[in-house]
Order: sequence, then C-alpha cells, then structure tokens
Amino acid sequence: MWLKRLFSRRRLYGELSEEIREHLEEKIEELVAGGMPREEARHAARRAFGNVTLAEEDCRDVWRWPSFEEFVADVCYGLRALRHNPTFTAVSLLTIAIGIGANTAVFSVVNSVLLKPLNYPNSEQLVSLHQTAPGAPGLTDFESGLHLSPSMYFTYAEHNRAFQSLGVWDTGTASVTGLAEPEQVRTVEVSDGVLQALAVPPAVGRWLSEADQVPRGPQRVMLSYGYWQRRFGGDRSVVGRNITVDARPREVVGITQKGFRLVDTDFDVMVPLAFDRRNLILAGFGFEGVARVKPGLTIAEANADLTRMLPIWMDSWTNGPGTNPHFYETWKITPMIRPLKREIIGNVSDVLWVVMGTIGLVMLVACANVTNLLLVRVEGRQQELAVRAALGASWGRMVRGLLVESVMLGLMGGALGVVLAYAGVRLLLAIGPANLPRLSELSLDARTLGFTVLLALLSGLVLGLIPALKYAGPRASLALRSGGRAASASRERHRTRSILVVGQVAMALVLLVSAGLMIRTFQALRTVAPGFTDARHLQVMRISIPDALVAEPERVLRIQNEILERLAATPGVKSAGLVSEMPMEGFGSDWDCIFARDKTYPDNVMAPLRLYKYISPGFLQTAGTRLIAGREFTWTDVYGLRPVVMISENLAREMWGTPSAALGKQLREFSAMPWREVIGVIEDVRERGVQDKAPEIVYWPPMMEYLFGNKIAQTLRTVTFVTRSERAGTEGFLNEVRQAVWSVNSSLPLASVRTMQEVYDKSVARTSFTLVMLGIAGAMALVLGIIGIYGVISYAVSQRQREIGIRLALGAQGGDVLQMVLRQGTKMALAGVAIGVGAALGLTPLMTSLLFGVTAHDPGTFAAVAGLLIFVALLACYIPARRATLVDPMVALRYE
Amino acid sequence: MKNREQRDLFPGALEMMILRTLKRQPLHGYALAQHIKRTSNDLLHIEEGSLYPALQRLLKEELVKAEWGISTTNRRVRIYKLTAKGAKHLEHEVSRFEKMLEGITRVLAPGES
Repeated sequence: MWLKRLFSRRRLYGELSEEIREHLEEKIEELVAGGMPREEARHAARRAFGNVTLAEEDCRDVWRWPSFEEFVADVCYGLRALRHNPTFTAVSLLTIAIGIGANTAVFSVVNSVLLKPLNYPNSEQLVSLHQTAPGAPGLTDFESGLHLSPSMYFTYAEHNRAFQSLGVWDTGTASVTGLAEPEQVRTVEVSDGVLQALAVPPAVGRWLSEADQVPRGPQRVMLSYGYWQRRFGGDRSVVGRNITVDARPREVVGITQKGFRLVDTDFDVMVPLAFDRRNLILAGFGFEGVARVKPGLTIAEANADLTRMLPIWMDSWTNGPGTNPHFYETWKITPMIRPLKREIIGNVSDVLWVVMGTIGLVMLVACANVTNLLLVRVEGRQQELAVRAALGASWGRMVRGLLVESVMLGLMGGALGVVLAYAGVRLLLAIGPANLPRLSELSLDARTLGFTVLLALLSGLVLGLIPALKYAGPRASLALRSGGRAASASRERHRTRSILVVGQVAMALVLLVSAGLMIRTFQALRTVAPGFTDARHLQVMRISIPDALVAEPERVLRIQNEILERLAATPGVKSAGLVSEMPMEGFGSDWDCIFARDKTYPDNVMAPLRLYKYISPGFLQTAGTRLIAGREFTWTDVYGLRPVVMISENLAREMWGTPSAALGKQLREFSAMPWREVIGVIEDVRERGVQDKAPEIVYWPPMMEYLFGNKIAQTLRTVTFVTRSERAGTEGFLNEVRQAVWSVNSSLPLASVRTMQEVYDKSVARTSFTLVMLGIAGAMALVLGIIGIYGVISYAVSQRQREIGIRLALGAQGGDVLQMVLRQGTKMALAGVAIGVGAALGLTPLMTSLLFGVTAHDPGTFAAVAGLLIFVALLACYIPARRATLVDPMVALRYE
Repeated sequence: MKNREQRDLFPGALEMMILRTLKRQPLHGYALAQHIKRTSNDLLHIEEGSLYPALQRLLKEELVKAEWGISTTNRRVRIYKLTAKGAKHLEHEVSRFEKMLEGITRVLAPGES
C-alpha cells in the first residue's frame, strides 16, 4: 500500500498544486466580483491563504516517511561528494577494501577452523580419549600421551557408564593391487564403536559393524568417497565386490560420506580392527580413542568413569605369567579427555589468533589513514559547514551527513573487500601450513559475511566519527571567524591528525616487532642441526611389502637390500639406505621399555620408555647423520643376526655418561630378546621437528631374532628408502627410481615420494606461515604508516606555506626551515615508537608459543625495528621538508 | 499579525470541523474554507492554507475521500466527501470533545470552589 503511494506521489503532488491554485483563483474572482481591483484581490487572497509553499510542504509531509527520505537525501549527497573527489574516493576505498578483505579472509579461516562445530551430528558430545601417565619414565617424550591398548578398549567399551559409544582407531598404509598400477593407500583401522560414535551414515552401502571385526573372519572394508570417485568413478556396483588390499581379497561393504574424515585423518580405505581377545595383554598402547559422551554428562564425569575402570582393566588382563598387572599403578595413568574439536585444532589456534590480531591491527592502521584523509577533506569544507551551521542546520543533521558518507565508504570498501577476500582465501590456502586442520571446510559463509558487514559498518562509523565530532560539532561556527585565512594552521587543527599518525607508528611498530621475532625464530630454526644434511638432495619414499605378497621375513629383507643396490646403481646416486621412518615424516614412532643389562629395574618390568627405530647399513652416510663413536651395522651383522644395537648420543650420555662409555654395554626390549651389544653411538636427531628437543633413540638392525617359539627372525615390512643424489626431486630421476624398484618387484607401490627438504619445510610450515602472515601485515602497516606521516607533514607544509614564506623573507635559512619541519616529524615518530614499544612489550608474550630461540622481549629486534621506523619516518618527512625550503617568499606573500 | 481576539485551535479541532461540515454535504476546498469561516463567525483564526494539510491527513487516514468534479462556479475542483469510517470517527471525536468541554466548563464555572 505505502509502496503504491510512494510511486503515485508525483501525481498526488501535482493535483495538490492545482487544487491550491484553483482555490486562490476562486477567491480572487469572488473578491473582484465584490468590486476589489484585481491586483489588490490577489494580495488579499494570498494573505487569507497564508504561506502557499509551506502549506504545500506540509501537505507533502503528510504522505512522507520523513526520516527515511532525509536519509536518502544524505546518501545522494554523500555519493555526489565521493564522486566529485575521485582520487580521495579511490585511495580510501582501496585502503578500506584491502583492510576488510584481509580481515575477512583470515576470519573465514578462523571461523571454519576454530569456531564452526565439527562436521559430525551433535559434535559437542564427541571426545578424544586422551590420557597421560606421569609415572611412566620417558613417556614425556611422546607428545600424544598414553594411547589406549586393545585390552583397555575392551574394558572401557564393556564397563563404561558415561559413553554412548566408544572405540579405538589407528592410521596406516596398505597397498591395493589388481586395479591399475599398484597403489599405496592411506588406511584407517577402526574398532567397533568408532563409526557409531561419529554417527555419520555411509553414502552408499553400510557401516562396518561388529560382525566385520571377528578375528580371521570375513575380510571387509569401506572406501572413502574421494578414493571411490578417483578409482571407481563413483560406480555404485563396487559395493559387494572384492578389492585386493595388502594382497588379500576384501569385500567392499560401503562408501563414506563426501568429506568424511576420521577425526583429523583423511584416508582412502577403512579397515576393521579385529582384535583376538585370547591373545591380548595389558600393554600395546598404540590406539587413539574416540567416544560420544552421554547427553548431559560433563568431561569431568567421563574422566571419573575412565578412572573407575582402570582397576577393572588391571584385574581383567595380564602381561603374561609372572608379571604384576597392577604395576601400571606406578605409571599413574590419568584420563584427560578432550573435546574432539580441541584435539583436532591442536596448537593451530595460537597461530590463527595471532594472525587475526595482527590483521586487525592493520585494519586500525588503515582506518587511521582514511580518517586522516577525511579530516583533510572536512577541513576543506569547514567554511561550508560553518555557513550551514550559521543558517540553522542542526549539528546532529550535519554529523549524520558526514557519518552517512563515511559509512558508505565503509560499506563500499567492504563490498570490494569481499571480492579481495575470495582471492585472499585462495592465497591463504596456498601458503597455509599443509597440516592446518579442517581446511577442507573453508568457505565464505553467512557468519563470515556477517563479520564483514559488521566490520564495514563499524569502520565506516569510526572513520566518520572523528572528523564529524571535530568539525560539525557545536564549535563549528568558530571557523567562520578565522575565515580560512589564518596565517598558519593552528596547532589545535593538527592535533587530531598528529595523534592518529602517532597511533599508526605505534601499531606499525608492534606488527614489525612481531614479524621481526618470527624472522629471528626462523633464523634460529635454520641453525639447528636436524640430524641429516643437505636435505634438498635426499630423496625419500615409502615402500611396503605385505606378507601376502612375500611371506618369509628374510626374503623381505633380501628384496629391500636388492632395491637398495639398484637405487645405488642409478646414475647420479651417491648412496642409499633404509630406515623405519625419517625424522619429521610423522608416521608415528614406536617406543617401549628398554632395559640395560648393567642397570637394575624395579619389578623387572619398568624400564624407561624409549623411542626405537630400525636402520640399514649405509643409512647414516646417506642421510648425513654423524657417527659419534664406534661403528655402524654391516650387512654381515644383519644377515648373521648378530646381537648388536646403536643408540643416540643423548641416550648414551644419560645412561653411561659419555658416548664411548656406552660401547660394549648391552640392551634389550623385553625378555624374549637376546641382550644386544651397543656398537655405535649416533648424533642426536630432531625426530619430531626442529622446534622439539631431540629424543633419546635406540636403533635396531632391520632384521632381528626373537626367542619365542621357533626363533623366527623378524623384519620390517614398511620402510622409508633414502637416496642421496644431486638429481633428487627431478622427474627424470623419479622415473629411474621407480624403474629400479619395479625391476625388483613390479607390484610394489611407492608412497610419500618427497625430498627431505619438503619434509623439513612441512615440519616448519607453522612457523613459516606465521612469518609470512606477520611479514605481510608488518609491511602493510609500515607502508600505511609512511603514507600517514608523509601526508600529515606535507599537508602541514602546504598549510604553512605563507608562514614559511614570511620566515624566509625575514632571513631564515633553508636549513632552519628543513629542521623545523623535520623536528615536527621526528616528534611524531618518537612518540609513536615510544608508545609502540610499550604496547609491544605487553603484546609479544602472547606469541611465545610460536617463538623458538628468541625471547618475546628480544632487545635486538626491538632496537632494530624502532631504528628502522624512525629512519623511515624521517625519510617520509624529508621530501615535504625539502619542498618547504623551496618556497618562494614572493609567491607565498603575494598570495596574501 | 494575528487578531488578538482569535485563538489558535487545539490539535484535531480543525479536522473535527472539516468532518462535521462534510457530513452536511460534500464540498470542495474553497467552499469548505468559506463555510467554516462563515459559520464560526470569524471567531476562529484559520489560515485557509492550513485546511489543505488537514485534508491530506484525513485522506491518508481514509476518513474522507476526494473526487474531481465541477463546482457551481464552473471550476474543476476536488470535492471531498465523508466516508463511513469518517462519520464514525467524527461521532467519537465529538463525544470526546463534549466531555472535555464539559470538564473545562465545570472547572471554570464560578462560585462552586
């Protein structure tokens, strides 16, 4: 209805005017008919009627939606003002758009990684069954705490009161053959209860169920949506067919939902865990637990439930005859259930919040710049505003006019910013740490866009408020008096702008200091010897030999040995070796209690936990890991099953004081292993990344004999092959490597083919990502800050031109003027630096967890950044200062 | 300059008078103004111009409706007519006004304080 009115209004107003005209004429006619002269009658009629325009205006007002229309008028006025100042508009829009774009992009990451709930139904009930064991010596080396053993899983699953469902899982790899080329796929092994807890129905077919977990029962698998699309083109008939996994046929029973991840793990094939209860012991803490807590129960209650079940677990299982099942009490196993979301996000939240904070600061710096521009503009319009105020414009209306203009700037900048954010998100994905969790869920959703709109509105308001309050305020009429002809701008007029610039310098300093600290961190990381050399020339790849393909353990080693020989014979290869896992590869290391023959241990079952790895002869030389003492394994040692072992330097020092003292000492893992003699000590290796301290490590040879039953030698079926070559990473080299492997056995897939440099880069990705982001933020703040200082000084110079002209005419030297201007700039820079240093001292401790080898208050970084800022600020002042000395006194004075 | 003998109207009074006048017969703006002026014996100060905003308000509230027609003096004019809703509104307003008047009169009445 009101809409129709809105459109028929023009007609309405026309009719009104006509009606009023008719009224007047009728009156005139009547008066003339009564004998009055026409001219006099016209005046009389008008007098009787009153103010025609006002009456018409009042009539129109009746039909109006007044505040809205005034608003529209303000918007039109604002648009016109912006259009008439294209340079100002373009510069401010671009500044705001970049600021909002960057903030939106980072916020979309923060939102999808940290804020959005996980992609499971009622995901707030999901928890990870994390537990610690402060009493277990050596366990502190293992960041993930104490995992669950299969017997624990059975106890928890059967006796719990706090969980709807609960299960354990693990990741691994398997080879799938018989399709095209043999392929190494990523697998997850799940127990019953995991899928029920996650509660995501399959896309096709059915879930793995308890019936699929029978030991030695039918072999079944589920495929991930991605693998199904990639390998089978989304063919539904694959459900029910068999595929060959690790050389065994397994029936496909279902396909997972698109985008389904097991906690944080992307996988190709899901395999059921089939524990054989009869063979389970207490130990075997190798599985992650995931569970769904019953509605209404707290984490503390769930923890209490687990604590209650630990004695049941120790009563129900054993580690074998003659062992005390309750010795785990000394480990002080403590359930520390975590919300699944926190488990998945991990330590990324620190990085993201720091980045969000810095980008927010950049936004503030950008706003300060635009506010400065607006101030200059409003200053130019001061006369106009003063006249309007004098003519009776309410200052509320004037403030609103200015605010509408700046909010429009904000909103238009925001719209542009969203476009930039799309590009920004792409950029973030490209440079973001590859292991950033939940990146697959990244999108610009409603919440992100809401954030953008809010930010745009807010920045628009903030932008406009300062100039509006300053110039459209009650004192606006003052300007009329000075008439814009004041000889020099008063200090008063520059104060706001100077304060803004000081703030910009301070914020730029905070950002640059953070970026500087990250640079120092990166430098410190670079100087750490990771335990391998010249990573660029180290080619690594994983090869797995399933027992269905080659049953006999020694044959496996022979094949691996042959592959090594072929690799070493490839042109350009210096040497080759194999290892259970290269440092930083992150496949999950093995650890156990390691006993030394010359030490005594309580209860004979409680030696400290140590990481252990397997290395082949030639590995140390290939990787560039130094031998500190003794000698390394030979193939004769390996094939001869000689009882030898090597250990890391820190382990040697911890147990026997010096590396050489360790030689000749004896170690073993458990009683079914013969004592092994330490023949070599190896330099410490940063196994879990350069930021973490090197763990103590035991190195076994790749084939070992155990004393159970019929003395079968054991070998490793999945290993990393390492090849040193100048040609590492090139396509031609990789082809030759593949041919070398397949010439030994053509059904062996190669997985995780990378150079060690890539592995290294990935392990420092978090640091480099933060560095790049803070670097970008710092650079933006620096540039904006320079522009700010330059703008203020050069505007001040242009305003003081007459004053400078007079000074020069009265005999001031160019140098004096230069000094005068520079002094003004230096004052601002120094104030900004002082405030910034204070703020940075308060803020940088927030990023302590991201730093390495440098404190949050590193004096060198602070001094360097402060010096840089002052230098750059002086440079920014120099150009306008120089111009000031060139003022021609005659011109400046004639202008008067 | 205002005639001191004339009084300003209270809000709504003009509208009430317009409605009352239109209840007798549909009229156009000028005739309406003349009628009110004549009937009130020039005691009220009403600018003819103020009639029109009042008429617009009544139109918007749908208390009157307007149609173009030809006046007795052969002019093209807009003739205003009371609607059913307007008649009801008038009744209501008049009774309210009378109560108010009665109240004021009682207070102003001499001797009973």
